[in-house]
Amino acid sequence: MSEYRDPRMAKKYLEEIKNTVSRPWSIMEVCGGQTHSLVKNGIIEMLPDTVTMIHGPGCPVCVTPLNLIDKAVYLASEKGVILCSFGDMLRVPGSQKSLLEAKAEGADVRILYSPLEAVKIAEDNPDKEVVFFAVGFETTAPANALSVVHAHRRNVKNYSILASHVLVPPAIKAVIDDEESKIDGFLAAGHVCTIMGNTEYHPISAEYKVPIVVTGFEPLDVLQGILMVIRQLEQSKSEVENQYARIVREEGNPDAQKVIDEVFKVRNQMWRGIGEIPESGYAVREKYADFDATKKYNVTIEEAPENPDCISGQIMKGIKKPFECSQFGKKCKPTNPLGAPMVSSEGACAAYYHFSGMVEA
Amino acid sequence: MCLAIPGKIKSIEMQYDGRVRMAKVLFGGITKEASLEMLPDADIDDYVLVHVGVAISKVDEEEAQKTFKYLEEIGELGDLTDVDEYLPKSN
Repeated sequence: MSEYRDPRMAKKYLEEIKNTVSRPWSIMEVCGGQTHSLVKNGIIEMLPDTVTMIHGPGCPVCVTPLNLIDKAVYLASEKGVILCSFGDMLRVPGSQKSLLEAKAEGADVRILYSPLEAVKIAEDNPDKEVVFFAVGFETTAPANALSVVHAHRRNVKNYSILASHVLVPPAIKAVIDDEESKIDGFLAAGHVCTIMGNTEYHPISAEYKVPIVVTGFEPLDVLQGILMVIRQLEQSKSEVENQYARIVREEGNPDAQKVIDEVFKVRNQMWRGIGEIPESGYAVREKYADFDATKKYNVTIEEAPENPDCISGQIMKGIKKPFECSQFGKKCKPTNPLGAPMVSSEGACAAYYHFSGMVEA
Repeated sequence: MCLAIPGKIKSIEMQYDGRVRMAKVLFGGITKEASLEMLPDADIDDYVLVHVGVAISKVDEEEAQKTFKYLEEIGELGDLTDVDEYLPKSN
């Protein structure tokens, strides 16, 4: 058994949390991988009642706008198009159908491990148009940007990306600004900070007076992150701390930031279930407009309404828990998701579903 | 999809007319290609965290092994294995 799952260490952290906490605190973990870890390892039940974990919007699959999924489905169904995507996106419901349903109807939809493979597919299929559905947080942005740089260098004309990038710091601000949510401290996402570093978080913790602890995703990481947040809260501190220092450097990865900046510029971004958040996404820069699927194809698809039975927005803002949804485990299951958080293993609803005794083989 | 998985660099070759450093990275029993463009100083036998085909951070061996074991135990290596069903096998 690995050190990060060592139950004795977990117990020590839990005891320390219990000894430290003197009043109720709500802590949001931003990263879906942390949500998964909290739920899967039963950490939520082991924490004292005074510590409430709120699950944040940290699943890129879950927050990709419905309209963009409809666009991806539309493009996939066009003749001569190979639509490439990370596997998690395939089952996300669009307003008419998912990419998986489009694939079943004959569309050439391919699941890839890396966007760099999509460039190779484009080179191997010069008579086809290859579109990569480039979703992700900052962690994934360098790979998606790199695919554009590779295609540009190789003069690959038949490659483009349908970009839907979301950024963590503006989302944290939006969550704090939301009147309905009351969050005392944050666990920031370790792998996001591996790329971007921690500097963006200092102004947020100073302005909003919230502790932010950059945290890994393994159970002991998450427990340690929670303890660090609680210690700050109990001492009325609001600082940025780095629990995941074995991986995350203060400055992040400058080479990765360079390639992001080469290809993308910051723009306002729609988050599914939440709405538009200022300066919270990436658009492809004009220099690389030929590789921007939204410009290359000029697809206009009418905004469709969300499924009225789905409360994913309230779930991702931490206002409601998955089991407070009347459709949870009934109409909405991983095999038949009404909304995106039930699709991805990092989505809060799917995590609760899988690990709450409602297990589906 | 947000996971970064630690692996060991087995070999490095220059691709794209000598401008891109690509590595073969060993994850447990599975070898995958990863770009080293974000880690210019990464070398053969180094352990790196790889996210969707791009190495994003070096890690020490002990950390790499612990994390890999954890991911394996919780069945979170699907990103590596599931995809192989859809791709041509690489050597």
